[in-house]
Amino acid sequence: MSHARYPEWQADTAEALIAPIVASEPGPVLLCLQAVQAHFGYVPGDAVAMIAEACNVSRADVHGVFTFYADLRDTPPPAVPVRLCAAEACQAVGGRELKAEWAAACGGDADLAALTGIDEPIFCLGNCALGPAALVDGELMGCADVARLKAAVTLARAMGEGA
Amino acid sequence: MSIWFVPRDAAARSMGADAVANALEARGETVIRNGSRGMLWMEPLVERADERHGPRVGWANVTAGQIEAGLPDEQADNSIGAVEEFDYLARQNRWIYERVGITDPVDPEDYVAHGGLTGLKNALAMSGSDVVQAVTDSGLRGRGGAGFPAGIKWRTVADQSPAPHAGESQNAPAHKYICVNADEGDSGTFADRMLMEGDPFCLLEGMTIAAHAVGADRGFVYLRSEYPDAIATLQSAIWIAREQGWLGDNILGSDLCFDVEIRVGAGSYVCGEETAMLESLEGRRGMVRAKPPLPAIKGLFGTPTVINNVLTIASVPSILARGAEAYAALGQNRSLGTQVFQLAGNIARGGIVETAFGISAKELIEDFGGGTRSGRPLRAVQLGGPLGAYLSPEKLDVAMEYEALIEAGGMIGHGGVVLFDDSVNMAEQARFAMDFCVEESCGKCTPCRIGAVRGVETIDKIRAGKDVEANTELLRDLCDVMTQGSLCAMGGLTPNPVLSALNTFPEDFASPVIATG
Repeated sequence: MSHARYPEWQADTAEALIAPIVASEPGPVLLCLQAVQAHFGYVPGDAVAMIAEACNVSRADVHGVFTFYADLRDTPPPAVPVRLCAAEACQAVGGRELKAEWAAACGGDADLAALTGIDEPIFCLGNCALGPAALVDGELMGCADVARLKAAVTLARAMGEGA
Repeated sequence: MSIWFVPRDAAARSMGADAVANALEARGETVIRNGSRGMLWMEPLVERADERHGPRVGWANVTAGQIEAGLPDEQADNSIGAVEEFDYLARQNRWIYERVGITDPVDPEDYVAHGGLTGLKNALAMSGSDVVQAVTDSGLRGRGGAGFPAGIKWRTVADQSPAPHAGESQNAPAHKYICVNADEGDSGTFADRMLMEGDPFCLLEGMTIAAHAVGADRGFVYLRSEYPDAIATLQSAIWIAREQGWLGDNILGSDLCFDVEIRVGAGSYVCGEETAMLESLEGRRGMVRAKPPLPAIKGLFGTPTVINNVLTIASVPSILARGAEAYAALGQNRSLGTQVFQLAGNIARGGIVETAFGISAKELIEDFGGGTRSGRPLRAVQLGGPLGAYLSPEKLDVAMEYEALIEAGGMIGHGGVVLFDDSVNMAEQARFAMDFCVEESCGKCTPCRIGAVRGVETIDKIRAGKDVEANTELLRDLCDVMTQGSLCAMGGLTPNPVLSALNTFPEDFASPVIATG
């Protein structure tokens, strides 16, 4: 699933995703936002209005939920997102240094930077005995370093292109 | 014919377990993907048995290359011999984790063969009220950090009538809910994740027992999005449990009707706070609610709701199976039973240690953990997650239990133990604690929302040598306001790591920042 190419935004598809959630779930706003993002990779502005209409709440309410959660994004994700754990257990084994090294690697390689996006900090991946931990295209990596990250990105890109 | 066991746990996969499993299968070997034993520094820890439930021998840090070169034997350098006799495991007392690492997590037959469903069957033969009493008698307290007695919470919910959702008519269907808090956001903790990946049926069984005990009809597991493997494994387990008749209508032929769904979080730490979690489950911003009303009385959608941590609920099947008395015989003082400690950070032998409450932090860190991974001197230990205090190595004789840790200025939290060696700068850690609060505050109350921002600024001034005395005083004052004036633990406990760093390691604040390494 993590390698799937996301389809272009399509209002009909989004409506079909949202309708059953609204029909069956109390408090459906966050579920609708998550469903749209799972399908399209992000939540376009049009979806916010659509969800507000479907859930019978104001657009501001939906926007408020959308902006509260770090996971939800209003632009398409990078092809192979790389996220490094920024929390304490990984700090204790060089997490900060890895972040700086990774930033330097991306700084010197525009392709890599575009492919992996800006590393948005993630707080704890639950791999705290095998830090520094990273998430490369949804796959957990332990004892991460720049070489292993680059290798995982290459592999993920190859699998993405093969899909 | 040998059977090989290669963990499917995310930690093992993060170190190449999938490639090892593929290499074994390519050789025509039978591979079972078990949970992890919790000896994480050995992952991938590969085991072999002559028969499915027979004794196993193991090899640490196996690579696909090793398998391709030939199947390992007990003469191999990385052989650890009989796995269950390995000291780290043999010295534990596993209740919650009794099957983790042994079974195939999504094989219902394996689950039953290793004692699964015994607790639920025992519970269904009892009245709900008697089940609540058994949980009360066991002394089980909340494993999320607050340590509230589970039995008292359950009794409160059991005593309420089911209620329609807030805002619906009185004739609308009435509910009670079981909500499991699997928003394990604390750095240094991964026991919820490993339980959900290693023995998900145990969590579902515990929820079902809770539903019987309090009269609930539906359950939710609020699981963080940072745990994709746990989401997938638990979802498979839910589907299988429905097929098996372990969830749904007339569970195991009884009158009990109960079903469970996963709700995935969206990257918010504060949603681990129970009322913020309820808001999130209701589809809103994860803003903390004022209490009262207690969630046990007006919880999810305004109905009576049990909210327990994964480990609390996962303790219940073994309590019902082996007896409340046996459980309560473990531990000490008001901390009874077992706790799943998680050894993390800069540690040589990190992983899961389930043992009775009361073990000293030193024993966990030295005897189990083997000290720092870097081999450098231990400088600080953070107990209980990002909101827990930093302790110096001299303070580690403290017994790991709720009250003794509070007395020592720490807290048990979710059982996480994070080690830092002498390269750590504690002023940097204090700044991070405030910055984390800036990042993750829900914004409802001022001391947390504004206080954390001011906290970062003030620590920066102290570290830059600006009016150090006045700014240190200001920082202490700010911490006092946050502690006293915040609505929940996010703002209320952030001063723990900050002040403990300041008080225990003042030298790190005194000098300008010096690069260490």
